[in-house]
Amino acid sequence: MPPRPLAQSPRKVFDGFGFCQRSVSAFVQPRSVEDVAAVLSRASEEGVRLGMRGSGRSYGDAALNGGGLILDMRHMGRVLSWDAERGVIEAEPGLTIRELWTRTLADGWWPPVVSGTAWPTLGGCVAMNIHGKNHFRMGGISDHVLELDLITPGGEHVTLSPTRDPELFFAVLGGFGMLGVVTRIKLQLKRVYSGRLKVQQFHTPTLQSQLERFEQHTQDSDYLVSWVDCITSGAGLGRAQIHRATYLHEGEDPDGVAMLSPAKQDLPGHIMGVPKSIVPKLLKLFSFNLGMQAVNLVKYAASVVGSTKPYLQGHAAFHFLLDYVPEFRQSYAPGGFIQYQPFVPKEAALPVLTEILRRSQRAGIVSYLGVLKRYRPDRVLLPHALDGYSLAMDFPVTAANKADLWRLCGELSDVVTEAGGRFYPAKDSVLRPQDVQRAWGQDRLSRFAALRRRADPRGVLRTEWAERVGLDVFDR
Amino acid sequence: MSTAFPRALIVGASSGIGATLALKLAGTGAKVAAVARRQAELDALAAQSAGRVLPYAGDVLDYAATPALFDRIVDDLGGLDLFIYNAGVMPPVEESEYNFDKDRQMIEVNFLAAVQWSNLAAAHFEAARAGVLCGVSSVAGERGRRGSPVYTASKAGLTAYFEAMRNRLTRYGVRVVTIKPGPVETPMTAGLKLPLMITADQAANEIVSALEGGATEAFVPGIWRPIMFVVRNVPSFVFTKTNI
Ligand SMILES: Cc1cc2nc3c(=O)[nH]c(=O)nc-3n(C[C@H](O)[C@H](O)[C@H](O)COP(=O)(O)OP(=O)(O)OC[C@H]3O[C@@H](n4cnc5c(N)ncnc54)[C@H](O)[C@@H]3O)c2cc1C
Ligand SMILES: NC(=O)c1ccc[n+]([C@@H]2O[C@H](COP(=O)([O-])OP(=O)(O)OC[C@H]3O[C@@H](n4cnc5c(N)ncnc54)[C@H](OP(=O)(O)O)[C@@H]3O)[C@@H](O)[C@H]2O)c1
Repeated sequence: MPPRPLAQSPRKVFDGFGFCQRSVSAFVQPRSVEDVAAVLSRASEEGVRLGMRGSGRSYGDAALNGGGLILDMRHMGRVLSWDAERGVIEAEPGLTIRELWTRTLADGWWPPVVSGTAWPTLGGCVAMNIHGKNHFRMGGISDHVLELDLITPGGEHVTLSPTRDPELFFAVLGGFGMLGVVTRIKLQLKRVYSGRLKVQQFHTPTLQSQLERFEQHTQDSDYLVSWVDCITSGAGLGRAQIHRATYLHEGEDPDGVAMLSPAKQDLPGHIMGVPKSIVPKLLKLFSFNLGMQAVNLVKYAASVVGSTKPYLQGHAAFHFLLDYVPEFRQSYAPGGFIQYQPFVPKEAALPVLTEILRRSQRAGIVSYLGVLKRYRPDRVLLPHALDGYSLAMDFPVTAANKADLWRLCGELSDVVTEAGGRFYPAKDSVLRPQDVQRAWGQDRLSRFAALRRRADPRGVLRTEWAERVGLDVFDR
Repeated sequence: MSTAFPRALIVGASSGIGATLALKLAGTGAKVAAVARRQAELDALAAQSAGRVLPYAGDVLDYAATPALFDRIVDDLGGLDLFIYNAGVMPPVEESEYNFDKDRQMIEVNFLAAVQWSNLAAAHFEAARAGVLCGVSSVAGERGRRGSPVYTASKAGLTAYFEAMRNRLTRYGVRVVTIKPGPVETPMTAGLKLPLMITADQAANEIVSALEGGATEAFVPGIWRPIMFVVRNVPSFVFTKTNI
């Protein structure tokens, strides 16, 4: 019997993490390199357009392909080799960050770059070139990938590295799955001597003082992140609570080695004194501006009077706090939410971020919380990072605010690109073709298009994000 | 004229309840895609409705063709507001007849193909966070009956499936409606003498008002609700001794 045409595969409703973008696609779940190769060649023959998907942790439509085929990579997630001496792991793309560190931490190795959730797959991480709270120091995950295997819709099977076909290597990293399927990743991990980090918190009363603090601490911190109050206006605009963390040296933490046990990493049942299971309901209660203003005030007050004395915190608790709040997304039901995360060069950060906060306040569409991070320039062809800052903001989507929200984000994107800023496909629901064109420039986009013509001559690969921002149009 | 369902799809619309429903919905201003095997009957509906009924000849047992047909219809209609699975067969089964050919056809048309079509519509509605998903089951699905073991089983299965869909989809703003007609004068029941029989026209009127009125389960006509309440609660041993 001939195999069933791909278009007749089972269907599923897929969404982005913000669950305001959804679509129906047929899907297949490859379990081996052979499966991937077969699907790619059949997709080409049958005229089916396909897009890859890991854990679907991208906020918008980057892992959606409505009406087409989704290649669900989660069932291809084996560790292929682990060298505990050198901290080098080789794995299939469906391995999650969580599965990665639970395998390596006891040997004293932690992923050099992790996102704010441990659920993404390595395939999704390299396709987006994820960053952590340490980009200013460690770069994106692309800086730690030693080798990749890629299968293209054109039928090539290639091994790429910083020295083997670097042009394609640095385009696949951060190439949002538009150059082929990554089937193997070899990653260098970071040696750690304790299961904990030394963490310190400060409050900064203004945006300017916040940025100054960041600049002061880029030299002596391994991680820097701040939680920005986006609601308060006037003199307190952009006030924040900064978290700074450093690795512990060998012997510095008496319980350090014991804390390397993965079992010791998981958070207790309470977050800031509140049982985990009721946190989403509490958040939901506060999901209106007045309530959130009260929360911000309390948090800020706590950090003002609280101690700046360093304390020790497990890696997982420091990085993945949100993962420990079950179904926190439900506080945004039913309309879902978007994340908007512009990246701004350091020289322009103060005026541009001030403008962004003011405009959103003026429009009456305010993020409950902003997250500020610091970056260094990135080597990939289509980077989101630059020598500067990003401010990530979550906006709830409702039938009533949708048009205004999209209009506001369009205006903000104009401000950002005017200042030489960039955006991140994994965190986007609103970008227009002109935003992407301005952010990356014609030269980078043309080089990417040339690689696309080589890797995917028949234009098999598609995601809703790529189509929305017009990458298909640039190609041909 | 304003219609509650501008874009509707009825599977099993060439005669009886389905054909009457298609014309009634078209009469409210809806565009109605009509699926069934008999092209000539569908074309006649198109002619009678000034083109508001759109004919799509197809066999629900052609499982390989169904996904693409569904996609084409949604494309042609420019979306979908109402889906009705109405196709059904009830070949005569004699006393002491155990006929897998007939059994299989009933399970496939009344249940299996219903699941395939309704799943396609359910996914579409779930993603859209809107829509009405309707299945024409039967009072016959409430109890297993000696005269029609597999027909009653196919409708019981359909009723359970639609209840599960309702439990799955209500949270997404999708309304799932189970229609349970008693006997209706249609080609399916031609020559049969059945109690409380109504015309296809009456049945279609009641179904349209259930769809427009926001119901999730409708007995057609309504008198079957109390009757079935009693029948559902009759102990099994009574059934073994009677001809119900
Ligand atoms: C709570 C939360 C916090 C987050 N914090 C951060 C953060 O701090 N930093 C950060 O950088 N990101 C962050 N993210 C975003 C997340 O890290 C990225 O969206 C990441 O890509 C998700 O991985 P995934 O496996 O879910 O991929 P998906 O979202 O499923 O897919 C992402 C992209 O990868 C492609 N892809 C997937 N598998 C493959 C493959 N095998 N080969 C080729 N292409 C493939 C897809 O086509 C798609 O374009 C956060 C997300 C959440 C939900
Ligand atoms: N009449 C009753 O007393 C009664 C009572 C309760 C429930 N019902 C249910 O009501 C529904 C409609 O029945 P009806 O009484 O109106 O009978 P009907 O006139 O025979 O209608 C049945 C419909 O199903 C279609 N159909 C059957 N097999 C099909 C196939 N393989 N592919 C596509 N379409 C198919 C038929 O179209 P084609 O033949 O053109 O394909 C026809 O349009 C059925 O589900 C039935 O079980 C009827």
